[in-house]
Amino acid sequence: MTGVESLWSYLSATPLLWLTATLLAYLLSDRAARSLGYPPWANPVLISVLLIAPVLWLSGTTYDTYFDGAQFIHFLLGPATVALALPLWDNREMIRRSVAPILFALLAGSVVAAGSAILMARVFGLSAEVILSLGPKSTTAPVALGVSEAIGGIPTLTAVLVILTGIIGAVTVTPLMTLLRIRDWRARGFAVGLAAHGIGTARAFQVNEVAGAYAGIAMALNALLTSMIVPALVRWLM
Amino acid sequence: MLPTLALLLTCQLIGEVAARGLGLPIPGPVLGLALLLAALTVRPFIAQTLRPTVHVILAHLSLMFVPAGVGVIGNLDVLSEDWAALLVILVASTLLAMLAAVGTFLAVRRLTEGREP
Repeated sequence: MTGVESLWSYLSATPLLWLTATLLAYLLSDRAARSLGYPPWANPVLISVLLIAPVLWLSGTTYDTYFDGAQFIHFLLGPATVALALPLWDNREMIRRSVAPILFALLAGSVVAAGSAILMARVFGLSAEVILSLGPKSTTAPVALGVSEAIGGIPTLTAVLVILTGIIGAVTVTPLMTLLRIRDWRARGFAVGLAAHGIGTARAFQVNEVAGAYAGIAMALNALLTSMIVPALVRWLM
Repeated sequence: MLPTLALLLTCQLIGEVAARGLGLPIPGPVLGLALLLAALTVRPFIAQTLRPTVHVILAHLSLMFVPAGVGVIGNLDVLSEDWAALLVILVASTLLAMLAAVGTFLAVRRLTEGREP
């Protein structure tokens, strides 16, 4: 065995390599997105995936081997979901002030987000696994992955659909709301946070501070609601 | 940082145990979120302890999606087969969800406006 080969066989067997690669790819992507001024289409997750996936493919590394290292980062999704309680708590006064619009908009938006996707997927004749993976796509990734797994979807496919949904919401929200002449920043922010989770929330903060706060409220509340209604919707609509 | 991590993990652990023990379809971390919210209501001062670490975690939420996102390499067959349908579905249902949310928000706000302080 040559030196390079033995080094590679060592590196490919330790979690260190792909853990480090994931962290570096993210830092690079985040820096690139920042230098562009965080446009919604330059999503750091998407760029990171586009950096890592070809390397895995070229080096003949399986996803299982990659995940042995990357699981340490993946694990943080759980505590991060729990941590969403803090922004909800911090915004409790704002929520209390418009509790009725928030609760009704949450219910309507959440049902439409999941229900319309499931129904359209059925019309297009997609497979059951893909439909189940689509159900939780409007909620924040850690919750979406958990729901997808719980109802029998493909969590890694859900992750991709969640990211794409976030980008679509972030790119379309301002033109849509301007077209409809909606000037209430609370309503605009709430809508994009609900439909497009963290990516939509980040976009809302760029446009308006109040919209951003309401987007964050919508994202956290939808994380709670989606995990309750998507399993029921799936049973009802499939 | 360590007390915060311990608290977040404890909430998640109780959430996981409850979700699995009671056979609930809700992910354990979501129950953990509800539990932490309840804890904050009872003991508001823990917010100060949580804030610095939680701020770092939530600012880098994107990093945590990367390992799952890379899983796309295992789903290229699904995506290459259904990409057009999936794209139409994602765009249409995201727009519909935003319309439903914004419409309901404005309608209910109008109905309740008189009773707001």
